Order: sequence, then structure tokens, then C-alpha cells
Amino acid sequence: MDLIVIWACLVALSIILYVVLDGFSLGVALLLPSARDEDERDLLISSVAPVWDANQTWLVFGAGAIFVAFPVVYGVLFSALYIPLLTFVLGLIFRGVTFEFRANATRKQSWNSAFFLGSLLAVMAQGLTLGGFLSGTKVMDGQFAGDSFDWLNPFSAMVGIALIAGYILLGSTYLIIKTTGPMQERAYGQAFWSAIVVLGFQILVTIWTPIHYPTVLTNWLSSPRIYFIWLFPVLGLGAFYRLIKSLKSHRETLPFLCSVVLFLAGYLGLIASVYPYAIPPGITFQQTAAQRETLRFTLWGVIIVLPVVLGYVIYSYSVFRGKVGKERFYH
Amino acid sequence: MEAIVDALFLSRIQFAVTTMFHILFPALTIGLSFYLVVVEFLWVKTNRETYYRMYRFWAKIFAINFGVGVVSGVVLEFEFGTNFSRFSQMVSNVFSPLLAFEVLTAFFLEAGFLGIMLFGWEKVSRKTHFLATCLVALGTILSAFWILAANSWMQTPVGYHRLSGKFMVADFSTVIFNPSLPIRVSHTIVASFETSAFVVAGISAYFLLNRKHIDFSRRSLAAALVMAGLFAPLQIFLGDASGRQVFHHQPVKLAAIEAHWETNTTAGAPFFVIAFPEMTEERNFYEFAIPNGLSLLVTHSFNGRVPGLKIFPREDRPNVLIVFWTFRLMVAIGFILFFVMVWAALLWRKGRLFDHRPFLQTLLIVHPLGFLATELGWMTTEVGRQPWLVYNLMRTAEGVSPIPAGNVIWSLGLFLIIFPAIGAVYFFYILKTLRRGVDLLSPIPPIQRPIGMRPLKDERKGDSVMG
Repeated sequence: MDLIVIWACLVALSIILYVVLDGFSLGVALLLPSARDEDERDLLISSVAPVWDANQTWLVFGAGAIFVAFPVVYGVLFSALYIPLLTFVLGLIFRGVTFEFRANATRKQSWNSAFFLGSLLAVMAQGLTLGGFLSGTKVMDGQFAGDSFDWLNPFSAMVGIALIAGYILLGSTYLIIKTTGPMQERAYGQAFWSAIVVLGFQILVTIWTPIHYPTVLTNWLSSPRIYFIWLFPVLGLGAFYRLIKSLKSHRETLPFLCSVVLFLAGYLGLIASVYPYAIPPGITFQQTAAQRETLRFTLWGVIIVLPVVLGYVIYSYSVFRGKVGKERFYH
Repeated sequence: MEAIVDALFLSRIQFAVTTMFHILFPALTIGLSFYLVVVEFLWVKTNRETYYRMYRFWAKIFAINFGVGVVSGVVLEFEFGTNFSRFSQMVSNVFSPLLAFEVLTAFFLEAGFLGIMLFGWEKVSRKTHFLATCLVALGTILSAFWILAANSWMQTPVGYHRLSGKFMVADFSTVIFNPSLPIRVSHTIVASFETSAFVVAGISAYFLLNRKHIDFSRRSLAAALVMAGLFAPLQIFLGDASGRQVFHHQPVKLAAIEAHWETNTTAGAPFFVIAFPEMTEERNFYEFAIPNGLSLLVTHSFNGRVPGLKIFPREDRPNVLIVFWTFRLMVAIGFILFFVMVWAALLWRKGRLFDHRPFLQTLLIVHPLGFLATELGWMTTEVGRQPWLVYNLMRTAEGVSPIPAGNVIWSLGLFLIIFPAIGAVYFFYILKTLRRGVDLLSPIPPIQRPIGMRPLKDERKGDSVMG
């Protein structure tokens, strides 16, 4: 297979891993206001404390992979999306420092707010980044040539809000796995309602995108895409149906898996709509690729190291599997 | 005045602010993780409970520190693209794989095992926990290696060829193991070890001065002083080697650091202990010099020729005043810490290491100096690299993103509020952890408790434990 295609797949993989994994960490943070007391908040935060850093590292890897394989994309999009991206990072700062700061605080109230607001900021900024990316970027001579706020429009704002619902769905289905009793009951309810909202947004995006960006519609209707593009909404609907059923029958792991499939359906649909453009509307990912030696050399590193990484990250998850308890031996 | 509202100038300030905030945390993380490896090794080996308590206490400091280091580091990776996109696009073929390898081999390793290190006490066995600590420590070293490989390449670029301006890779092992890498990596990692050793020593001295946690503090201090005793002298040797490396590869930078204007032709070049360099007039106000000192230092010969600043074009010179003084203050700190260790050696021979109050007070006073030296060293090497991004090949002005200054004013303004605030809170919680003192009573999780371990009776009697 072509080196550039492999790298495009790697970038796509790390982005979806980030979205799903940090998605549930951020989602849990978004649900913090629904906790009844400090003990419940402790539990919510403990459920992600051992894994958030590894989850967030997929973002750094994704950004690094874009830098390696598609330097023009890295340069142009990071300049174009300067404000949402740095807002996103700012949100992650507040979220990230909370774990240790809150554990050492006697009055936890302000850190609860920092945790919630930082995560909210990060999620909305992520949505705006995605919306801004889809809205298209003005490029001249391989450099960003637009304005600072080109990313801001009703469509990107809508994506920002949609992502909040999406991450709440991931967070609440994750909490179904990690909690028991009344907290789990509440998570079932939250998962149900957020699932409905997510479905609504996915339908909205599916209708809005081709209206807003006519090229996407031409893409959909052209061969060969027309033969498989409908698969993704169908997959999404199927996942949604199984999700609701599994919530009704109080299954514990299945709702989270269904939510992941729901995300995956949306994500693949998106890729299929944008492909082969790396900087919509006009620049393909083939045009932005790095030198072959760089791609080959770094790919070898990835092939050797990434399986090991996946191995120990999975091991680390397995150490912390099961219901989260009050950590008596919290450091 | 125009420079102030310029995206280039602001981006440089922003990158400097972010780096200088960020570097404080790895400066402690790298050395402290190594210290924790030693302590946990002693715990597993000897089953002495104090070592377990030591680990738990120093791991608390480590954890607070690590969290801030991670999040401030993410900002940097984004800023290559947001603020220096032209640079990123120009060098990515050569430069970006080094960052990608940092994520792959270091960030994941640290993140994957940090959870076990901090939260895994009830979940994994002692050996597994020790392994997790070792892997986190390895991750911090690898992280330093890759990011410094990237920085070293910017300082001493090799292994590339140019294709219509763009840097293309000729050979990756040449790129990675570029001329300034070995000395930069060792100098920086040893700086972190030294900084951490003095932090642990200072805090332990504080406990001893207040007669708290005697056994705990003595052992903590002893381990820290062994570490400092090894690394403080080594650092002076590495610093000297680093100076000669700069002399060979970046002679303008060396001349600037030394405020050395005229190339010496007949006699040796003097070393200025004090001077106030003036760049437009190309001379120093008030000089206090050691004759032949500079020649001796960098060429290791009495009359060695050292090229002066005047033979290099003005537009290729870094800010002489800044690097002259940052370098001298860094060296001064290196020697202060070295002499503290000489004193420690003398006290140790007399067996008075733990009860000589002036010495303990000195340790408390000097304990933050490692951070300061790290910042000063970083300023010396980075300001000294100017006006280049890629040394002698790409100017800093050519690398900035095509963004309006307003963007950077916004983000720089936010960072200037948030970084000091986070720094203050960090400092507050570290102090709080110290005030609380060491937890000597919490039960050891059953899975960690070796069979037949004796409890720490003497320790408990002598100490007040606050919760």
C-alpha cells in the first residue's frame, strides 16, 4: 500500500482514538454538576484519574503524526485555527491540573468548577475546530491566507454544541461500566437522553453539511461513493437502536460499545465526505505529504513501537478495570 | 515601538514564556523519578518501611509536578504549528520525526505507567509497581533525549539537503546524533538530577531543622546527597565540555557569551568575570578580567585564538548583554552547589552531616537554585542561537506563521495570566504538602506488604504526624 495512504490511516486512527478515549474522560467531567455530593464527585474523577493522561496523549500523537506526514496541513490548519486550537489546549490545562490540585485541596469547590469548565471549553473548542476545518480554509502558496475568525460560523458553533452531547453520551456510558447503585441509575438516564440528542444532531449535520457545502453533496452522489456512503447513516442508526435497547435492558458494557460505534459511523461518514481533501475545499492529502524518506523512517518507528504502546495501555486499563471504589490508598 | 505589535516578536515571547514555564517541571520530574526508582529499589530490597514512606511522600511532590508538566508541554507542540508554521513546514521532514518519536517512546510510556505508579498500590504487586516506576523514569529520560535532539539539530544542523528551500533528510542517524546532541543531553539531564537532589535535600533539611520525621528525613537526605555528590562535580565537567562544543560549532554564540569583541592574535584572550557589553558601540563598559582565561577555557591552551564578535556581521550576533549574564549566573550557581557538596563531604567525614544546623540551613536556602540555573542555561543556549531558527540557515524572522498580531496578543495575554496563576497554586500545594508532613501511619496495602515485615516503632514514637 502507498506510504501516504498508510499515514493518512494512522492520522485518522489516532484522531478517533483520541475522540473516543478523551471523549469519555471529558464527558465524565461534563457530568460533574449532576453529582449529588463531594463523595460522588470523588468517584467520578477517580474513574478517569488513572487513565486521562494516556487518553490525552493520543491527541499529541495525532498532532505529531500530522506534523510528520502532512506538514502543510499542520502549518496551514494550525495557523488558520489558531484561536480554537489554543482555547482547546487552555481547556485541557485546567482539566489536567485539576486531578492533582483537587486531591490536595481542602476546599474542592473551585477545582470542581475548573474541571468542569476546562473540559467544557476543551470540548466546545474541539467542535469549533472541526467545524472550522469543514468550513474550508483559504490557502495561498502553501500558507494560510485567511482571517483569524474564518472558522466561526453557525455551522461550526452547531458542531461545538453537538460534541458536548456526544461526549456526555460517551462519559455516561463509561460511568455505567464504572459505577453502581444510584449513580449508575443516573448514568443510564443521562445516556438515554444524550443518545437522543446525539441522534438529533447527527441527522442535523447530515442534512446541513450538503446544504452548506454543495461540494459535499456532489461528492456523495458521485461514483463510487454513492454505492457505500449510505452505509454510515445505516450503521449509525443500527448502533443507536442497539444502544437504546441495551440501556433499557440495563446492560453494562454494551451501551459504551454502541456509543463508540455511533461515533465511528459519524466519523467514517465524515471522512468519506471529505476524502481526498486534507484542507477543504481544494487541497488533497497527497499534495501535502512529506518526503518519502521521512514517511518511511518514521513509519518503521511506529510499526515497532505502537504495538508495544497499545499493549501496555491496554494492560494499564486492565489494572484499573471494574467498578471504581473510594480509593483508600490514593496518594 | 512597531516591534511590540509584531506577530513575530510576540510569538517569540510567547514561545519563550511557554518553554520557560514548562521547563521548570521536567527539571524536577526527570531527577525525581530517578530518585523514586532508587527509593523503591531499597524498599523492595530491604523491606524497611521508611523507604515505603519515603516513596509515598516524594511521589506526592512528583505527581503535582508531573501534572503541570504534561499540560504545559502540550501547548508547546501546538505552538510549532500555530505560531511558527513556516518554520514547521520548512523543516518538518527533518524535525518532526524527532517529536513523533518523543510521543511514541516517551509520552505514552510515562502516561501508561504513571497511573499504576500513583493509583496502583492496591492493584499490582511490589515488583510490578517497581517496574512501573522504572518505566516512568525511562520515559522521562527518553522524552528529554528526543526533544533535545530536535533542539540540538536546530543548533547544529547536519544530515540534510535543501530542495527549493525545504530541508530534506539525507540521513536520519546523522540528524539525530548531531554534533551538539551528546553534550546537550547529558548536561540537561544531569542538571535535572542535580536540581532534584537539592530539592529533596532542602526539604529533608527543613524537616530535620524542625526535628520532624527524623529517620525519614535522614535517609531522604542521605540518598539526595549521594546523588548531588555525584552530579554536582560531573556538571562542572560537562559545563566545560559544553562550552568547548559551542566554541567549535557556534563561535559567534561563544564570543557573545564571553563578550569577546576582538579576535586575539598575539596573546591569549581574557575571561571577563564582570562586564557590561554594549552592542552598538561594540565594546564593554567596566571589565574585570582574568588574563588568558578564555583561551585557557575553550582551547585548553594559554594563547589559543578565539574569534571575536567583530569578525561576524552585526546581523548575525545574538544579544550579548543577555547571554553574557545568564551564562555567568548559571556557572556561579553550579559552583555554589559544588562547594555545598564539598562542605557536605567534610561534614560526612566528621559524622555531623545530619545535625550541623548551618549546613542544613544552607541546604534549605540553596535548594531552589537548580531551577534558576536551568532557566539561565536555557536562556543562554536559546538566546545565543538567535537570530537563527536553524543555525546559519534559517532566520527566526522567516519562520513565523502568517497570522495577525492580534491572535498572539490574545493568547500571550492569557498565558501571562494563567501560567503565573498555575505556578502560584502549584507552589501553594507543594508548601501545603510539606506542612502536612509525612504520612507514617496509613496502612500499607496488603498486596505491598512483605511477609513478616516489622512495624516502624521508633519512627512513630518520635514523630508528630499531622493528617
